[in-house]
Amino acid sequence: MTLSKMTKWLCGIAAASALLGAAAPAFAQKGLEEPFQGPFKAALAGKTVAYVPVAMNFDLTEGWFAVLKHQLEPYGMKVVVRDANWSTNAGAQALTTLIGEKPAAIVVHNPDVQTYAKLIQRAEKEGIFIIQINMGSAFRSTAFVGANWIEIGERDTEAVVNYCKGKSNKIAVVQGALSAAASAYTLKGVENVLAKNPDVKVVSSQAADWDAAKAKAITQTVLKQHPDLCGIVGFWDGMDIGTAAAVKEAGLTGKVFVATSGGGEQKGACDLVKSGAFDLDLSYDVPTQGSDMAALIKWLLSSGMKPGQVKGSVYTTLIPVTKDTAGKDGTCWKLEQVKGS
Amino acid sequence: MLKPLRLTQQGIVFAIFVVLFGVFAVFLHGFLSAANMLNLLQNVAVLGILGLAMAIVVIGRGIDLSLIAVLAVPSGLVLQLVQDGDSFWHSLLLSALLTLAFGLINGWLIAYAEVPSLYATLASGLFLAGLGQAALFKLDVVQWSPGLEGFQFLGQGNLLGVPMPIIVFAATCLVVAFFLRRTRLGAFIYALGDNPFAARTSGIPTRPLVVIKYVLAAMIGLLAGLVLVASVNSGPTRIYNSTLIYDVILVVVLGGIGLAGGRGGVLSVVIGTLLIGTMLNAMTIMDMSYSAQNLVKGVVLLVAVIADSFLNPRNEETAQQGDI
Repeated sequence: MTLSKMTKWLCGIAAASALLGAAAPAFAQKGLEEPFQGPFKAALAGKTVAYVPVAMNFDLTEGWFAVLKHQLEPYGMKVVVRDANWSTNAGAQALTTLIGEKPAAIVVHNPDVQTYAKLIQRAEKEGIFIIQINMGSAFRSTAFVGANWIEIGERDTEAVVNYCKGKSNKIAVVQGALSAAASAYTLKGVENVLAKNPDVKVVSSQAADWDAAKAKAITQTVLKQHPDLCGIVGFWDGMDIGTAAAVKEAGLTGKVFVATSGGGEQKGACDLVKSGAFDLDLSYDVPTQGSDMAALIKWLLSSGMKPGQVKGSVYTTLIPVTKDTAGKDGTCWKLEQVKGS
Repeated sequence: MLKPLRLTQQGIVFAIFVVLFGVFAVFLHGFLSAANMLNLLQNVAVLGILGLAMAIVVIGRGIDLSLIAVLAVPSGLVLQLVQDGDSFWHSLLLSALLTLAFGLINGWLIAYAEVPSLYATLASGLFLAGLGQAALFKLDVVQWSPGLEGFQFLGQGNLLGVPMPIIVFAATCLVVAFFLRRTRLGAFIYALGDNPFAARTSGIPTRPLVVIKYVLAAMIGLLAGLVLVASVNSGPTRIYNSTLIYDVILVVVLGGIGLAGGRGGVLSVVIGTLLIGTMLNAMTIMDMSYSAQNLVKGVVLLVAVIADSFLNPRNEETAQQGDI
């Protein structure tokens, strides 16, 4: 650019800013009405969101509840919880009662794919939005937010299979409860990967009922039979504390690759990966899931849409917690902080 | 001539155990290794310790359904208190006091308020579990925290190659056997179970004895809980919702401690525990499915019970008041 051209440009800019300068005060003195926030606030205020988890008192369900409250209460919404406390019956009863009470939306955490399906269908017919979290039912409602269990099974198994290359190729699977869809879907993911790796042998595939003590007993027996085992695919980090304890007791930490999944809470995931108990913990990051649900509720209520008019899913982007990422800020979340924030 | 062999329930279960064990030892590769034997015992040690607690209560005629709550809550409390910054020994003391108080309440309800043990312990167990969930714990699974180093030895350590849970189980067996068979108090408990009214008439202080029974059961339950949390590196307080209490009753009844009281002993618990342990271990090695495992367990138990009622039919003479 030549000097004369540059001067021309500068003059132009100076002239333009002088013009703008003269016009700007006119805008600044009068605010601009944003036409959408008023109806948005009106659509949310005074509405109730009910939350039916399989049980409170564990990191996942406590985390979701805390996030929903923090996100929605400032808009004048009420978030109420109906704790099923591990009873499918109690949960079904809570849902039935809630349908009568007509909240704006219900967040449902299904214990299995069948029990709540009819109730969910009825609730949506009655005009209540149903958001299913992490464990879906056979009936597809307006929204599902949660982990893709098939993907979790595949990625955990891939990690174990990769580690096993050149080793014994013997792996074990520690399943959750047989009735839980999450467990069955994860197993499908495991099978998908195994079908591509016929040289890998599953020496044990047992259900431990989400129970750490059972997981430990099973793993101990398997390790005694197959001391050359190279990896274990576990289905939940809360249960696989027991799996990891068995590996540690056998003196095989670092030799047997333990892959699992969970909500990514600091003590339940990152701390255990750091200590070497788990080699991979796929986190479905509970605060993100909570925010996703809150955003969906805001969007649905302000859209004027009828329940069941659209149906969609928000599968959670998984965060792999490994030795490399476990120490980094933001990989895991702390329950006290989420509850307190 | 041979004396006619009288088979007791204990004898039948022992025979089933021997047969199963023999079959597995011959046909199941890797079953009869020293490592697997230790493993088998370790996996049922907590169940066995609980069985001993239940045995004391049942022999003295009674039942303690609150044992699983005692297993879960006080041991979880130790972990929770340490997590909240308390010292380990202080937490342990507080938990022991809670357990003691709980045993005393159970005993008082049954001995002095004369509530049947089935209802008293069902309700008190619910109360303790609820207290834990509502007031004591932040999460169902109480997490391990720094400050507990060394404690996991109780669940994961070895003494001369033998895992600690087995040693704790064996030691508890010896103590309970000594208590039941060699002390006056133990003899009183048998008398109480055999016929409470006769026991009282003969001058045994039956009410305090009942209280002692439930306190002992609670303290043994706490011990089992400590072994459990140390062994899985966390406090799985949700175990209260499981069916573990049936397994405990099973171990006791299977071994020949009649629910009517006054019969059986520590050996019964050991045999019952061994049978369950052998089955669980072998089925895990065979990689049997969960449903098939339940089926096999059910069949073996039915065989044991049916064999008993054929070989030792009940009649007016042997049936007792309150027999279930």
